Amino acid sequence: MNPNSPTRGAAIDLQNVSKAYGSFRALDGVSLHVEPGEFMTLLGPSGSGKTTTLNVVAGFTEVSSGALQVGGRSVVGVPAHKRNIGVVFQHYALFPHMTVGKNVAYPLSLRGVSKAERERRVAQALDMVKMRDFAHRYPSELSGGQQQRVAFARAIVFDPPLLLMDEPLGALDKKLREWLQLEIKRIHRELGTTFVYVTHDQEEALVLSDRIAVFNKGRIEQVGTGRELYDEPKTLFVGRFIGDSTVLRGQARSDGTSTALDVAGQTVTVPRRLDGSDTPVVLLRPEKLAIRRPGQMADTHNRLSGTIAEAIYLGSGSKYEVRLRDGSSAIVRSGLSEEGFRIDDPVELCFAGQDAKLLADDKSADATLT
Amino acid sequence: MAMHPCTRVMLGLSCLLVALWLVAPTLVVVPMSFNGNKSLAFPPVGFSWQWYENFVSNPEWSTSFFNSLKVALIVAVLATVLGTLAAFGLDRMKARTAGLLRMLLLTPMVVPGVVLAIGIYAVYLDTQLVGTLTGFVLAHTILALPFVLIAVQASLEVFDKRLETAAASLGAGRLATFRTVTLPLIAPGILSGLLFAFATSFDEIIVSLFITNPYLKTLPVQIFSSITRDADPTVAAVGTILLCATTILIGGGLFLMGRERRGNL
Repeated sequence: MNPNSPTRGAAIDLQNVSKAYGSFRALDGVSLHVEPGEFMTLLGPSGSGKTTTLNVVAGFTEVSSGALQVGGRSVVGVPAHKRNIGVVFQHYALFPHMTVGKNVAYPLSLRGVSKAERERRVAQALDMVKMRDFAHRYPSELSGGQQQRVAFARAIVFDPPLLLMDEPLGALDKKLREWLQLEIKRIHRELGTTFVYVTHDQEEALVLSDRIAVFNKGRIEQVGTGRELYDEPKTLFVGRFIGDSTVLRGQARSDGTSTALDVAGQTVTVPRRLDGSDTPVVLLRPEKLAIRRPGQMADTHNRLSGTIAEAIYLGSGSKYEVRLRDGSSAIVRSGLSEEGFRIDDPVELCFAGQDAKLLADDKSADATLT
Repeated sequence: MAMHPCTRVMLGLSCLLVALWLVAPTLVVVPMSFNGNKSLAFPPVGFSWQWYENFVSNPEWSTSFFNSLKVALIVAVLATVLGTLAAFGLDRMKARTAGLLRMLLLTPMVVPGVVLAIGIYAVYLDTQLVGTLTGFVLAHTILALPFVLIAVQASLEVFDKRLETAAASLGAGRLATFRTVTLPLIAPGILSGLLFAFATSFDEIIVSLFITNPYLKTLPVQIFSSITRDADPTVAAVGTILLCATTILIGGGLFLMGRERRGNL
């Protein structure tokens, strides 16, 4: 562990990787490049292939087809124990018959590190996760968060160029999770190791990652920074998975440069058009929608009427779920200074055409997300 | 809920009665072993150490004791190795095949001992294994294996296999993982299997009676033939020694396991 060296992380390169279990394709042609030292999060609902991807990189699962390189070398067929990759599991996986110190020393003993050197590095790793005082305890004497920190120390003590984490905070409560997220970020900065992090929690992904790969049904839908995924989703699935969103569906007409959508008798216009034969839908972020009482809105083209279905006070503002005339719902956020609404209040929503995303409809996204 | 004092007394008394019923026949052996006369009558008359002396000095007794010890030790090791391997094999097999094989391996526990004894005797006559060490070891291993299998399978069931995955990620190959993670965690199961296998062989009588001959007798066979021939209180002395030995062995085992558990909690 030498924090002075600038970049010690390994690059990962997956090319067209597939994994089939019988007729079920857990991974269906996944290609992904992770830069050395990058914090990459694999995000997706359960069964989307993110954990399978992690297992493939760790060597717990062999690929059915495709190429996989870690640090510029192909690792296809290399058993897990020879890959020198650190892994942190959701269930901690500490050895119950060893003390914290022995657990952390385990990978070093296997590598034939001398006793003095072993003690030094174990102390250093435990320092890093602030667990040095617990070296003589058994895992069963620790809380979940403490166990996970020990597991973390054990996974980094042997200086792997790559650290994989499979929902490591999944079993912990929210407060502890948020604090450990910051700890993980700090350690990533200090180590310079490549981190690959699996989660189904999009907020966690946004907090931690340099880039996020969004998984759905064994494929990657989009790779990008959190901002890119939020502002410029390429698919409806990504748009709906990251952050809150409102999806408008309706009869669409396109002319040369713009698309008009008929949503329950009200027409909205977006200055874009969709190539190909896909059915277009409109995706809107909550902060792009303005909410007013009927008739208070200045005359704009894109206006939708509805009633408040749910009002949630957030402290920093309010969040409303508005039922539109066609029965679909819209999510709107308003600031503190703005007027409050109550359930069943009639309202009007409006938005600027250029703030709306035009995406190809994907009904299966509804099923996966709900 | 408060209990009526009468009910409490009645409950205590009946518990005491059942406990007495369970251990009394065993404890009767102890005073009998110090009998002054050569008789198995209860209560004993007088006091003497002569039956213990007889057990040590009479070659018939000491030889059979060491025969039993030898057989039981080999059986314990053999059955533990085979049973542990079988438990691992079954654990990694498809559930259905494993279920069938498991049933097959457990049959020696279910089949009446006499039936098994007749079968083994018939085979041993042809292969000249009657009255040989090999014959005893093979027969007793068949009987002891199910106990090891059950004990090891039980501990494998609660063993978290994800720990093996974790060990692999930390750089441990299959053998190193087994040695440093799997084995220490299922050791209590293997150890209790070993004890059971030893005990099964050491006090086995039914099959032993069939495959014994004057040249090779185990202790239970010697006890049985001695008691059918004459009322020799040496039997009681042997019984008392065995009682003490098993109490120390099992008690020690429980103590060690208790300490282990505390260490892990």
